[in-house]
Amino acid sequence: MKILMKGNEAICEAAIRAGCVGFFGYPITPQNEVPEYMSTKMAESGGTFVQAESEVAAINMVYGASAAGARVMTSSSSPGIALKQEGISYLAAADLPCLIVSVSRSGPGLAGILPSQSDYFQATKGGGNGDYYMPVFAPNSVQEATDFVQKSFEVAERYRTPVMVLIDGLLGQMMEPVEFSAPNIPQFDKSWAVGPRNGRERNIRNSLDLSPESLEQTNIRRFKRYDEIIANETRVESTVQDGDEVVVVAYGTSARIAVNAIEELGAAGIKAGLIRPITLWPFPNAAFQNLPASVKHVVVVELSQGQMVFDVKLAVAGKLPVHFYGRNGGMIFESPEIAREVTKIVRGE
Amino acid sequence: MANLLTFDTARCKGCQLCVSVCPKNILELDMSRVNSKGYNPIMCRDMSACIACAMCARICPDSVIKVEKDVLGEG
Amino acid sequence: MGKVVYEKSAGLTDSPMSYCPGCLHGTIHKLVAESLVELGVLDRSVLVASVGCSVVAYQFYNCDAVQAAHGRAPAVATGIKRVSPESIVFTYQGDGDLAAIGTSEIIHAAHRGENITVIFVNNAIYGMTGGQMAPTTLITQKTSTSPKGRVENQAGLPMKVSEMMAQIPSSYYIERVSAHNVPNILKTKKAITKAFRNQIDGKGFSMVEILSTCPIGWHVTPVEATKFVESAMVPYFPLGVYKDEGEVRS
Repeated sequence: MKILMKGNEAICEAAIRAGCVGFFGYPITPQNEVPEYMSTKMAESGGTFVQAESEVAAINMVYGASAAGARVMTSSSSPGIALKQEGISYLAAADLPCLIVSVSRSGPGLAGILPSQSDYFQATKGGGNGDYYMPVFAPNSVQEATDFVQKSFEVAERYRTPVMVLIDGLLGQMMEPVEFSAPNIPQFDKSWAVGPRNGRERNIRNSLDLSPESLEQTNIRRFKRYDEIIANETRVESTVQDGDEVVVVAYGTSARIAVNAIEELGAAGIKAGLIRPITLWPFPNAAFQNLPASVKHVVVVELSQGQMVFDVKLAVAGKLPVHFYGRNGGMIFESPEIAREVTKIVRGE
Repeated sequence: MANLLTFDTARCKGCQLCVSVCPKNILELDMSRVNSKGYNPIMCRDMSACIACAMCARICPDSVIKVEKDVLGEG
Repeated sequence: MGKVVYEKSAGLTDSPMSYCPGCLHGTIHKLVAESLVELGVLDRSVLVASVGCSVVAYQFYNCDAVQAAHGRAPAVATGIKRVSPESIVFTYQGDGDLAAIGTSEIIHAAHRGENITVIFVNNAIYGMTGGQMAPTTLITQKTSTSPKGRVENQAGLPMKVSEMMAQIPSSYYIERVSAHNVPNILKTKKAITKAFRNQIDGKGFSMVEILSTCPIGWHVTPVEATKFVESAMVPYFPLGVYKDEGEVRS
């Protein structure tokens, strides 16, 4: 049964149905519906809700609760996610699973509260210190947001890593029909968790390691898990087919708009395909290999001054020209605008 | 009747906090020995004077000292 | 066989303390470990280690542990306790961690009345990083970042943490003790035990501030350091119970 729900609230409902038992957050626009919904629903489902004193405290509460073996999450928006980066690095280093929902606004600094995609670097390249990655799901609908919230808990616990679901204020605030699947998350071993011991050996969740030999091996082991994530969890949607002249690359909200632009281009006689990265890390590099010979241009469209475009360039590896079109600051392109820009590129104007 | 101090000298760092609190003034560093950490470890120069007050053991940061009371007494 | 009057606590591992000679962290660790054993809660205790000299405290306590980012231990402890209320959760924090970078976390954990125990070790200096000025460094006290002594018009007066924490409406028990001599060590043990007893009884936020030494950072011998606590620290940081809601309410 489909019900009409706001993105931010659907994310919460999906998390609770996936067995999330703890939410630790802090108010920031445009994600306030998340802590608001959780403050009521966590109590009803017997879970824990804490409105922390800061985003820094919230992510560290997640760190503690995850160390105790609980399925937990936090949410925030751009400047708040910036504050969480320290904690995310520690979570990654201590091999602790959790979900971080990022409902991005414009930047840099306090900037504005309207939708933007200028936190691609923040999500995928990490602002925290050290060698680590974090899987990032970028849904383009409320339905996908709910599905990926549930998938995120599974990925987080299977590979023992923090996982982010990255949306923008538009997806967070819009209402769409959504159907909640029956979450079927396996029971993962959590014998590493701290708490009452009942005779077992003691558990220590920690990121400190003053031995370079041991630390190097620990980090290499973590990167072997990253290799598994890359092999098993990379997701992409591609409509590219033989005969397409141009490939448009977009994720999340931009991808929704790009789909319309591609239709408009087709009506005007320009054949275009869409590559929509669904996981931003791991980035779907394979989707850019062996593109049809008909493809002459790649155009990346983002609600930023150009961030994902660098990953696209790495994936394309100089084989095709990679162009960029973006709006930022909360300004959102419309599909004719994208179609016009792509047309100019294809016609060499 | 006698009391017994047992020193886990490998843990001793020669800080002498125990020396400073001993009411009988019977503890001192053993300058004839150096432990694996490189310190002159603690020793008791007159066990018969020990009253097993455990002041030395309580302040010792490194859990070097075990204190037993009346080791040969009580029948 | 004689009666064992004192021996190494079962609450400690066999790992030798990594602290400098005469540093009272080891002595305070013993008191915490002894309390956990005597209260019968060692096997459900979780240490939240902080950043500073005691960053490796998880090697010494014979219980589960989580190592926290600098200043964040009370938030980490909150997360653990909220999802695992049967755990006995305690933070072990120094003055740099708790009184500088971690003021927000400690104040708000107390403000929420989190049912945790905080062991706050105040030795008036950053030990681990090489003896820099702390919020609790005394006026005229020389450190590597106050080489001519702390000056009030530059750094303000030393922070009185227990006095501040006692003002927080939801804190339950706040006491300042000292570990610089045996009579005070015995009082410290009592305060620590009480702070854990409060958590076992579900009373809420308890913090024990313990005056301690840093012989290396202070450039004095361990014994001289204990004298400095007595002569300089105790007069500025008066010992005593700053708040005990158990006394007030009963």
